Amino acid sequence: MVKKTAKKSKKRVLTSPIKRIYMDFAAATPVDPRVAKLADKNLPEIFANSMSFHSFGQESREVLEQSRTDIAGIINAKPAEIFFTGSATESNNLALKGVMFANRLRGKHLIISPIEHACVLESAAWLERQGFEVTRLKVDNYGLVDPKDVEAAIRPDTILVSVMHANNEIGTIEPIAEIGKICRQKGVHFHTDAAQSFGKVAIDVEKMNIDLLTASSQKIYGPKGAACLYVRQGVKIEPLLHGGGQESGLRSSTVNVPAIYGFAQAGLIAKKEMAKEAARQIKLRDKLINGILASIKGSHLNGHPTKRLPGNVNVWFEFVEGESMIIQLDINGIAGSTGSACSSAKLTASHVLTAIGLKPQEAHGSLRLSLGRWSKESDVNYVLKLLPKIIARLREISPFKTDNL
Amino acid sequence: MEKKIIKKTPAKTVKKPAVCKTKCSGCAKTGGDARGPYTATVMDHFKAPHNYGKITDADGIGKVGNIVCGDVMWLYIKVAKNKAGQEIIKDIKFETFGCVAAIATSSAITDLAKGKTIEDAVGINKQDIVNELGGLPPIKLHCSVLAADALVEAVYDYYTKQKREIPAALEEKHQRIKKEKDIVEEKYKDWTQKEEEMRG
Repeated sequence: MVKKTAKKSKKRVLTSPIKRIYMDFAAATPVDPRVAKLADKNLPEIFANSMSFHSFGQESREVLEQSRTDIAGIINAKPAEIFFTGSATESNNLALKGVMFANRLRGKHLIISPIEHACVLESAAWLERQGFEVTRLKVDNYGLVDPKDVEAAIRPDTILVSVMHANNEIGTIEPIAEIGKICRQKGVHFHTDAAQSFGKVAIDVEKMNIDLLTASSQKIYGPKGAACLYVRQGVKIEPLLHGGGQESGLRSSTVNVPAIYGFAQAGLIAKKEMAKEAARQIKLRDKLINGILASIKGSHLNGHPTKRLPGNVNVWFEFVEGESMIIQLDINGIAGSTGSACSSAKLTASHVLTAIGLKPQEAHGSLRLSLGRWSKESDVNYVLKLLPKIIARLREISPFKTDNL
Repeated sequence: MEKKIIKKTPAKTVKKPAVCKTKCSGCAKTGGDARGPYTATVMDHFKAPHNYGKITDADGIGKVGNIVCGDVMWLYIKVAKNKAGQEIIKDIKFETFGCVAAIATSSAITDLAKGKTIEDAVGINKQDIVNELGGLPPIKLHCSVLAADALVEAVYDYYTKQKREIPAALEEKHQRIKKEKDIVEEKYKDWTQKEEEMRG
């Protein structure tokens, strides 16, 4: 048995490349070793229930409240306005369902963008089934929401507008400050899902007139299982979970202090390094985008050239199928993702790519490469060397003749 | 116990060829490269597809799938007679646009059909293809249907070109495939036109 396993692993090494490059930081990030080191040192001490009155519990509570202050500081919020949850999905569910239900006597209208994450789209669809009304805005070919459309969509019974800060697939950064200003003028609450942008792009809830904001630990090199919802003081919101009354009654559950501690530490690092890291990633991102567009015929950029997340590259190739491309990249050690229907569980093309005007057959050929804290220029060079070969190979097997692209 | 086994196994084993020749179902057993939802055999076919390319003087061509749906499969066949005087698939090649499963099933059906009599080749069904690949994820089973359909269409094309009478069973299969194709083409009219332009 032992021998067999050894033989198997040897073969794998021989057939797999020496290099392995992770370019899927938008899907998940590894925990920063600095966070892991702090966690290793401090977590054994942080175990007690933060609701307990004994000294053990109070120590947990102190860590929790310090973490709350740290996270609040990143977006210019008050600590009491930060509510910890278990995931960005939970935060988005809480924001939409909680605000709509709490204000249902005032109105039943919700406005969202069509390129929101599934957890916002599905929460909105669920609210519709409960009798609420939802307006889905349109976006332009870059994926941008026009603030004027938001203004036009607001009705006397509108309670909430939810537009994401940055899109997870195409990286487009929405004009949330303008949208926030309009919502404030009209007396409508404004929620933004900042899961992709928090810790990467500067956010100020005061200047941007944000009433609710979702942020997640696992997208900023913190541990999984921690996220938060910022809720401006005075916003009426109902909890999803009822029970022991943790998080000021908004989220009953024993508080996951260890993960929250990691979240806050990751947040502090992200805040400190934000400007420098963003500039570094933008340089790499643009090199990768320009390199792909220049070297591969029939390639197109998805999303906005400049109003985009520092680490996001999303392109589509004519007459190439995305799943084949992803697996070919994986064989060569590169981890990316695609919006192709063939790679999705529902066999439908990405709703984001179709919303920006791509036809299903165009979305089939999409590739997202998301850069992160440990992406290097040599990684970009490696992808630029390899990708044209993979595209050429797949087109060679295909019946479509692409010589004249 | 385990130590004993190690001693018995010779240190130097015969090297496996980098690319399996005609049948590669053995690769999975010898430790292949299963990836994502796919078996090692599927990956072998995907990485080094068998019989891909075009037969310029093909006796029959089967064209199935649609770019909007994400897979397009073209199968070329060359027909000849064996010693017993039966018509066999002498040569077969494919060109496919699509996912890993679409490429692997295309490759697998060429292996299965090559050398078979036309009657036997038309009888290859999706389960034969799935078995040849050591399994497919449930969501990808339709790719195996597509490959079987492509072969049916190629043989149908051959019979039509030969102005021969079409066997009832083959006609029935062809009508089903045609009907499905028409539905998709009607649905995506504007795009199938673009597809036509791109065909070489």
